[in-house]
Amino acid sequence: MIYGLLFWEFFKIGLFAIGGGMVTIPFLFDLTKKYSWFTAEELTNMIAVSQSTPGPVGVNMATYAGFQTAGIWGGIIATFGVVLPSVIIVIWVSKLLSHYKNNPWVMEIMASIRPAVVALILLAGFELLKLSVTDWISAVFGVAFFLMVYFFKKSPIFYIILSAVLGIILKL
Amino acid sequence: MNRRMSMAELGKIFVSFFKIGLFTFGGGYAMMPLFRQELIEKRKYITEDELIDYYSIGQCTPGVIAVNVATFTGYKIQKVLGATVATLAIVLPSLLIIMVLAGILNTLSDNQMVAHAFAGIRIGVIALILKEVIVLFKKAVATKFQLALFICVLFLLFCVHLSAITVVLLAAFAGFVKRLKDR
Repeated sequence: MIYGLLFWEFFKIGLFAIGGGMVTIPFLFDLTKKYSWFTAEELTNMIAVSQSTPGPVGVNMATYAGFQTAGIWGGIIATFGVVLPSVIIVIWVSKLLSHYKNNPWVMEIMASIRPAVVALILLAGFELLKLSVTDWISAVFGVAFFLMVYFFKKSPIFYIILSAVLGIILKL
Repeated sequence: MNRRMSMAELGKIFVSFFKIGLFTFGGGYAMMPLFRQELIEKRKYITEDELIDYYSIGQCTPGVIAVNVATFTGYKIQKVLGATVATLAIVLPSLLIIMVLAGILNTLSDNQMVAHAFAGIRIGVIALILKEVIVLFKKAVATKFQLALFICVLFLLFCVHLSAITVVLLAAFAGFVKRLKDR
């Protein structure tokens, strides 16, 4: 059953994506390979929309991906699935707050997960790059855009709107 | 606290977090100013120190950080019921907005101009992701051990196609072993 499977996959994402919204990207990318729910190209669109709409990016992406897979109920179930593990864990952690934060075992394990997560996002970025950069115009556009994003601090929404306008002008 | 008062309190919690979900863009740290304004200054639900604590713990617990902060705050005010209401409220605006927008965009996807716009956006988003990677790298990779882990994981990902979950578990195990040896 699609709803059960959707819940299970997003529950796992909620459980393993440690470090916030962007971290869900490699996990969602894994889903594009495992199921035919949505394509990697659609995933990139979802990331763009999720960053330009209100609310936490990780929640937005889960809703969008669930909706794309199985309609309104899909959106609700995927969101519920991604949120549930952290709610359970946080309620539990609330009771032993300070103890947990300074536990050397927890600190060491978290310090080790973070670099791995950065590598995961980097790889997902490259996989998406291969799909979107198809000719020299898009390659030049990509490099120029990256330099702009890196050196000028503007909000992601500004850059997403700008890239849409440039996409239309350049007929990408 | 009698029952009617706690219902009113729950209503206030709901409104606060619904507002935060509706008016913040970008998630994570981008939401911090509104959390501060609504939860510390206006409602006095939590203190500045607590907010910072929630963020640092939110990074060590799985899931979306903003949702973690909502759950923590809700739990502090009204235990499990408060945590549930706060979490639902922060998620609800996303659910509504995204589903309406996704429906509209799906019907527009055949339009040539929309297709060009999204081709541009896809590249723009990748630039944003790569920038995020650089920012995260500076924060996450501070020791030689962490650099070695980063390189190992990249190598593993390129050569053996491990799933993201496997990678997280492997890294956690590496940290566990390191702690065992250091003791």
